[in-house]
Amino acid sequence: MTEGSSPARAYVLHLAVIAILVVLNFILPAYHHGLLARILVLATFAMGYNLLFGYVGLLSLGHAIFFAAGLYGAGLGVHHFELSVPVAFMAALACGAVLSLVIGLLALRTSGVAFMIVTMMFAQVLALAILYFAPLTGGDQGLVLQQQERVVHLGDTVLDLTNPMTRYMVALALFSIVLLLTLGVVRSRFGRVLIAIRENEERTRMLGYDTFANKLAAVVVSGVICAAAGSAYALLFGYVGANFASVQYSILPLLWVLLGGAATTLGPLIGTLFMYYVVDITSGYTSAYLLIVGIALILLVLFFPKGILGTIRQRWVRWLP
Amino acid sequence: MTDRQGFFDLSKTGISRRTALKGLVATGTGLVAPGFVRYSQAQSSAPIKIGFQCHRTGIGAAYGRWYEKTTNAAIKLINDTGGINGRQVEVVIEDDGTDAGRGAEVVGKFANQHKTDIVYGTLFSNVVIGSAPAAGELKIPYYVVSEGYHVASGKLNRYCLQPGITDVRAQVTSVAPWIAANAGKKVTMVFPDYAFGYDHRDYLPPALKNAGAEVIAQIAIPPTESSFTKYFPQIPAETDVIYHVMVGPAVLTFVKELGEFYGSNGPKLFGFIDSLEAVDVNSPGLEYLNGSHFWEGAPRYAQADDSDAMKAYRAAVGIDDSGASTSDAKDVSTAAHMFGCWETLYVIKKAMEDSGYKGPEDRAKLIEATEAMTEFAEGPEHPQGKKVFNGKIHQVFGSQNISKLEGGKLTVVHKTSIEDGQYEPEADYTTQAL
Repeated sequence: MTEGSSPARAYVLHLAVIAILVVLNFILPAYHHGLLARILVLATFAMGYNLLFGYVGLLSLGHAIFFAAGLYGAGLGVHHFELSVPVAFMAALACGAVLSLVIGLLALRTSGVAFMIVTMMFAQVLALAILYFAPLTGGDQGLVLQQQERVVHLGDTVLDLTNPMTRYMVALALFSIVLLLTLGVVRSRFGRVLIAIRENEERTRMLGYDTFANKLAAVVVSGVICAAAGSAYALLFGYVGANFASVQYSILPLLWVLLGGAATTLGPLIGTLFMYYVVDITSGYTSAYLLIVGIALILLVLFFPKGILGTIRQRWVRWLP
Repeated sequence: MTDRQGFFDLSKTGISRRTALKGLVATGTGLVAPGFVRYSQAQSSAPIKIGFQCHRTGIGAAYGRWYEKTTNAAIKLINDTGGINGRQVEVVIEDDGTDAGRGAEVVGKFANQHKTDIVYGTLFSNVVIGSAPAAGELKIPYYVVSEGYHVASGKLNRYCLQPGITDVRAQVTSVAPWIAANAGKKVTMVFPDYAFGYDHRDYLPPALKNAGAEVIAQIAIPPTESSFTKYFPQIPAETDVIYHVMVGPAVLTFVKELGEFYGSNGPKLFGFIDSLEAVDVNSPGLEYLNGSHFWEGAPRYAQADDSDAMKAYRAAVGIDDSGASTSDAKDVSTAAHMFGCWETLYVIKKAMEDSGYKGPEDRAKLIEATEAMTEFAEGPEHPQGKKVFNGKIHQVFGSQNISKLEGGKLTVVHKTSIEDGQYEPEADYTTQAL
């Protein structure tokens, strides 16, 4: 929480962002429309990461495990067990919740660098398990969810998740729910405790708070959000692949959050959007686009050391949540 | 006045019937006016755009670079000889980073931003499988040069085709009789512990059994492994042949350690060239491979009996007699696979001509025209050899080369027949709606 924060202004800002994203659904050209749907899902993943990293100060290097839990929880459910889309989505959330609870119970016995290593190791276990159980998971090649498997029947209403408009709106709905949930959490008593833990865990404990329980709750909420994003990715885009469980997908949300601004609710969206478009535009000009991405990151670190929104908040708009 | 697809929707405009009739008359006049004729011609003579999903970066970059060279050479020749349906062909390249997620985005970019007519050229199977749903949803034909069994297996969709390179199942099935007859009856397999290796793991044993030989051990190597000596004691002593498929830079260590383990008394070796694509077979550390045999799709080294078509193809792509770039002898090609780009582009050309392809509205006809193809004769368009195409599973079948490494070069010692690699289809894409 920042000095001079204003709940009304914060909610208006967030609702305005959602409104803009709704409008974009109707005016964006087809390619950017599809890309933004993907970005919204991955920004949701980044928001889940931000909750733990930005607000609790726990740097995980294994969050791909939660994204992959959702991805495979939903994907395998649809592909092998013919679950309906809503049931598969709920199954994915359950996978994320159970996995994050177990990993949280074990990993939170460590802190700092050890926490990073332990979380990374857990993620590696899942990544290798996906390869090991290739007959079930499709191994490194992954699985395709056919178009007819990605249809939601709600009474007489049929939602075809392969339809670009439907897909965008579902991605936006998930993003909006998680955005408002994150805003609510960080402004709640629970969120203030998390920030207190980040600032000084010993003092928070001395004041009588159960820091372990609060951190565990944060890991579970973060894990479920990431699993929701993974599940949405599988169901909306029809591909379930082992690359989403790789180290790369543990590093990417960290990068997106750092770029957009850690501990800012809208930072994950800004960071994901920025990275996606830098890669998309520069790769059209040179195969050395990662060099340009690297230079852009260095410039951002130099001029926006707290990320884009973090620096804006620090210098100009102090009420930004 | 237009919906998201850009279609005019009169119901949303408030235009009166009288105004609409006036507009129709004006449009009719315009259609017969000289200016519109010029416009029509400009449209019909606009280039056909092929979106090339290229592995410019990532693990597939070495393949991607040569796929790009081959594509450019084929397109230059196609354009120099009149293009397709009288139109020039333009290739739009996007890097997929050899990443499945990015691959799907690139397909979307081709269809919606570059407005290409088709997407083509992908090699790595995870990228193909990751991109296939996007191709199906966008209804854009997706011609891959991947050699994975994923297309023929039926798990993709009707918009995915592989008409220019055989799949691993066919390759493995083809070479098994030769291994049984010439290398030995007891085979131990060493393969990477991921999907590419599984195609070998699953399809070699039954093929060898049919040929009167057997697989006596299967050793899967984890993809992260960098040292292999600890696996070698698992190779049974009675092994006649070690069948090895090790994709990636670890192959140099694998061969070196295998040589140190066996010395001069080891079993015979039969390998797939995939590991050594873009690698000089005379590199230090590979000496132990001397005298061993390899599968090659197309021969890397120029052969004494190369057809004129093969010679012309090699010259057009720019590879010398040893399979390296004519401009840089150290730049070794991916000759065993990249011919698939050349041949796929000529299949696309023929399918567009057969279907009278004019634009994206004819994509369904293009798919049907490709499915209707059955044979491709050996010649300038198919320098690797004759092919048979199965339209139901969208997969081509052809002959394979078995080459011996000796004297610092690979020499073809056996060419399989097309029938050697054919198997019973397990799918039928033509039953899916377009």
